[in-house]
Amino acid sequence: MPKVVTNDNPYLPHMGTIREIIQETPNIKTFRIVLDDPEEMAAFRFEPGQVGQLSVFGVGESTFVINSPPTRREYLQFSVMKTGEVTRALHRLSEGDPIGVRAPLGNSFPVDELKGKDILFVGGGIGMAPLRTLLLTMADRREEFGDITVIYGARSPQDLCYRYEFDEWKAAGVNLILTVDREFPGWEERVGFVPTVLAEEAPSPFNRVAITCGPPIMIKFVLAGLKELGYEDDQILTTLERRMKCGIGLCGRCNIGDTYVCVDGPVFSNTQLRRMVSEL
Amino acid sequence: MLKIFVTKDNLPNLVGRLMDGATVLGPVKEGEAHRFRPLKKAADLDLSYQNSRLSPKDLVHPHSDAMFAFSLKKDDPEAGILKELPRSADKRLVLGIRPCDAKAFRLVDVNFLTDTYRDPWWEARREATVLVGLGCSRPCRSCFCTAVGTGPFDETALDVLMTELEDGYLLKAVTEKGEALLRDAPQAEAATDERMQKAEGIAEEAARKISKPFVTEPIKDKPQTELFSAEFWEEVQFACINCGTCTYLCPTCWCFDIQDEVHGEEGVRLRLWDSCMFPLFTLHGSGHNPRNQKLQRVRQRFMHKFKYYVDKYGDGPACVGCGRCVQYCPVNIDIRRVVAMMSASCVCPT
Repeated sequence: MPKVVTNDNPYLPHMGTIREIIQETPNIKTFRIVLDDPEEMAAFRFEPGQVGQLSVFGVGESTFVINSPPTRREYLQFSVMKTGEVTRALHRLSEGDPIGVRAPLGNSFPVDELKGKDILFVGGGIGMAPLRTLLLTMADRREEFGDITVIYGARSPQDLCYRYEFDEWKAAGVNLILTVDREFPGWEERVGFVPTVLAEEAPSPFNRVAITCGPPIMIKFVLAGLKELGYEDDQILTTLERRMKCGIGLCGRCNIGDTYVCVDGPVFSNTQLRRMVSEL
Repeated sequence: MLKIFVTKDNLPNLVGRLMDGATVLGPVKEGEAHRFRPLKKAADLDLSYQNSRLSPKDLVHPHSDAMFAFSLKKDDPEAGILKELPRSADKRLVLGIRPCDAKAFRLVDVNFLTDTYRDPWWEARREATVLVGLGCSRPCRSCFCTAVGTGPFDETALDVLMTELEDGYLLKAVTEKGEALLRDAPQAEAATDERMQKAEGIAEEAARKISKPFVTEPIKDKPQTELFSAEFWEEVQFACINCGTCTYLCPTCWCFDIQDEVHGEEGVRLRLWDSCMFPLFTLHGSGHNPRNQKLQRVRQRFMHKFKYYVDKYGDGPACVGCGRCVQYCPVNIDIRRVVAMMSASCVCPT
């Protein structure tokens, strides 16, 4: 048997409190959470892309990316789309309510390898959450990275998350391109699906890494579009989603071949994806 | 290591002595099948059994296991704080476990005890458990342990190996824990050369009786993606009804679910066996399911045991050849045939 690393129970959540809730879209809420033990909160470290399990006691746990950047540590931020039992229960919580947090879990974006490069973020809907943590990390360490272009789309203007901070992103020198699926009164940005806008913008693959997250169908066409533009597999990063329970590689349900998304992911390069069995 | 001989007449005294020092679990006949149960008296032990219907994995990884308890009372200052429930880690001895089922614990150790995370329940129960195995002198027709790297008298995962002779049992200590058990065994006789030779003969004869229906080596060298897209899965999955019997009986299937259960204002967080045969196992909140098709679920089970596990740990396969899934599959899917197909398959370039 391998040697003992920790005596802590990895299934036991840390107790936290919801400091603030933001209604992002009709079905997405953002939770800003502070760990109750101030020492634990001060000592909490993570890398962009890592995830956490949120517990609603009596209902269960689900996995979400920590979408605040490690450069801003006054709270941990999670954005939750209302879809199943746990997420519905999360949406019923109020500011000041207790919540369980098991984090950080999983791998992260290779920030050091991205230094000095131009970056292209391609996000759809709630898929902007894992991109936000990296985007804000880069915004806070702006001089270490080249051009940062974001193509972010949703079905309608009211389905875009983080609208209240778009100006902050732009002020940090982010080239932000927004799109929605069809025309809406008062909408003055782009109209069209994300892959279409990607093809129109055609950001050069030279010295650039593309990072994409969104609904599976969007990712599929974005990957094809990036290839069309000349991006190599190792210039494309994405984050995968899987139903998870333990979050620590033991319960056995999030595998793709011999890869466990909860511990080996959620961040993968397209080179890695192409070596995996096709079970996305 | 110490070897002793105990006559069949004296065995109950030895079992009684063991029961003084620990909870002793052994095969007990319940209806038509045997099951590992705590012995109330030495006579409950039935070593004439072939194997238990349910594997003894539930001794370390129970079907349903309360991890934490919590209160949901409004005025309780501790409401919502998860309290770890005491892990039942009293000293236990499993008597008469088959070498294959003991080997299964070894194979599952690498999942629960990793360099990064260790499962505290698995670890506590494993450490508290001594395994006294009984060699298989009369293997079943569905046994294929020798094809998957173990055998009817494989002692590698045991603390003591017992061999049944005509008039008694030869007990061989394999570990220090085992040696300590045998040291003060009552009415122990010498394990004479003659008895040891007999035991060896029985072990060899048993191994000869077991068929080797496939070879696993070729599977190692094939890429996952190639086996994954092989055409034979269509045929394999045809009859499967996704009942999950194979995964529940299997000594190396460890997958589990975590659920909160609330009664009134008291709650527990449970872990429960789960199965890759069930669509809910992988269903996303969004409705998307990466294993929506029966074929995908059937393939996952065999690929996990004979390919993914082997690739991940450089060990395995994650199968001990106990044959339970062969015996109890309601539609007669035979893992031996499936593995032979995996081994022989070739997705040839056209």
